[in-house]
Amino acid sequence: MLAREPESLKRVPLHDLHVARGGKMVPFAGYDMPVQYAAGVLKEHLHTRSRAGLFDVSHMGQIALRPKSGRVEDAALALERLVPQDILGIVPNRQRYALFTNDSGGILDDLMVANFGDHLFLVVNAACKAQDEAHLRKHLSGDCDIEPLIDRALIALQGPKAEGVLAHFAPTVASMTFMDAGPQTITVNGNPLACFVSRSGYTGEDGFEISIPAGDAELLATALLDHPDVLPIGLGARDSLRLEAGLCLYGHDIDETTTPVEAALEWSIQKIRRSGGERAGGFPGADVILSQLQTGASRRRVGLRPEGRAPVRENAPLFADSMSTAQIGKITSGGFGPSLNAPVAMGYLPKPQSPGAKGVAEMSFAEVRGQKLLLKLSAMPFVANTYKR
Amino acid sequence: MTTLYTTDHEWLRIDGDIATIGVTDYAQSQLGDVVFVELPKVGSKLTKAAAVAVVESVKAASDVYAPITGEVTEVNEELVADPALVNSDAGGKAWFFKIRIADKSELDGLMDEAAYKAHTG
Repeated sequence: MLAREPESLKRVPLHDLHVARGGKMVPFAGYDMPVQYAAGVLKEHLHTRSRAGLFDVSHMGQIALRPKSGRVEDAALALERLVPQDILGIVPNRQRYALFTNDSGGILDDLMVANFGDHLFLVVNAACKAQDEAHLRKHLSGDCDIEPLIDRALIALQGPKAEGVLAHFAPTVASMTFMDAGPQTITVNGNPLACFVSRSGYTGEDGFEISIPAGDAELLATALLDHPDVLPIGLGARDSLRLEAGLCLYGHDIDETTTPVEAALEWSIQKIRRSGGERAGGFPGADVILSQLQTGASRRRVGLRPEGRAPVRENAPLFADSMSTAQIGKITSGGFGPSLNAPVAMGYLPKPQSPGAKGVAEMSFAEVRGQKLLLKLSAMPFVANTYKR
Repeated sequence: MTTLYTTDHEWLRIDGDIATIGVTDYAQSQLGDVVFVELPKVGSKLTKAAAVAVVESVKAASDVYAPITGEVTEVNEELVADPALVNSDAGGKAWFFKIRIADKSELDGLMDEAAYKAHTG
């Protein structure tokens, strides 16, 4: 049953640490990654919400975008040609969520963009990083040097104890607030490690993401895991945590066929890039997206709570009523939420656009193993986030 | 009483013409934390190899197959109320359902404990 990993799977710098700590390794986006450890998904999830969890997300892409002019504003303006966000408005040592869009208004990838003073620092999805890099080179090479930081690991420390644990090695991180980001020296056993730290994550909890030279990753990860409040957490719990937090998973909840408005990500598009704004448009698919920002879209990503205990999973078809055979939407992420002790899901449902029409229906039905299960519309996040604002 | 095993990691405890069926400890260790179990209805007639029950962990759903043909005589409602029993006592309290065995010759194709241990080893 235990198939050997194909030779082609790439390894992250902490690979041996995962194996040594009992990580169950599975292929993910071309990497051999831990899906869970001995504690299991449920306990890992709950531990992250109550104490702190350490996640290895080194498979993700880290890219430095350096302006040829030397002025970071020029890199920001260049990147604004590819994303609908206000990049110029990101002040030094801050980061912002952004979206690469295509000409039809769909989403090529979602990413984080940080201003490090003299350049921009991007974190992109593992499965998209090669295409993102090519996209950046094709469109921004005239203005920027695009440097994939392949010799860095990326680890996340998430949960209510994250600040206390990390501050032990880097006291200044305690004063960071949500979406602060910048270079930080983390000192482990007298060794100063040159890290980039952001106060952000993918769990809905307060916490940090730490970019670190690959060769130093094990030293830091081991030091963090030595703390009694910290457990290693696999990709399984990472997924259930982000689902409860209402956060999108690229390739599932958002993709090239979903626009930011359909995906309920309007909040990520600042006024200055919208119609009437100082730098309105000028990104791929602007005609579609700017129009939808004013008039809405005919479908919308929503949170759904199944009645009963049965999880409703990705790709389950959605119907308006229990007798209907006409599919109106589908689940894009679904599973069991350990903190809610109940199933949770998100998916796309129609949003009537006629004047005076109500929004997305309060109730819908998902077909699971031939049965129609009732779903109730729910606000997201399902579990309140605890970001330090 | 005899206990037999399937290659799909189910166990059957045979008592006369009634078989009690559950999943093995090896199966629960592979599934992870079980959060939902769906059982067949009492009185339903099961055909060997058909998917008749579902066991779901946080991350995935797995089918449980009828190891033999027969009619469901009893289901474990306690397991539906407390699916985590699968993890804590797969071979005991977490039995799934009982069936009246239609054809005892179907038992011949199943493994005994030694053979099952070799299968999972």
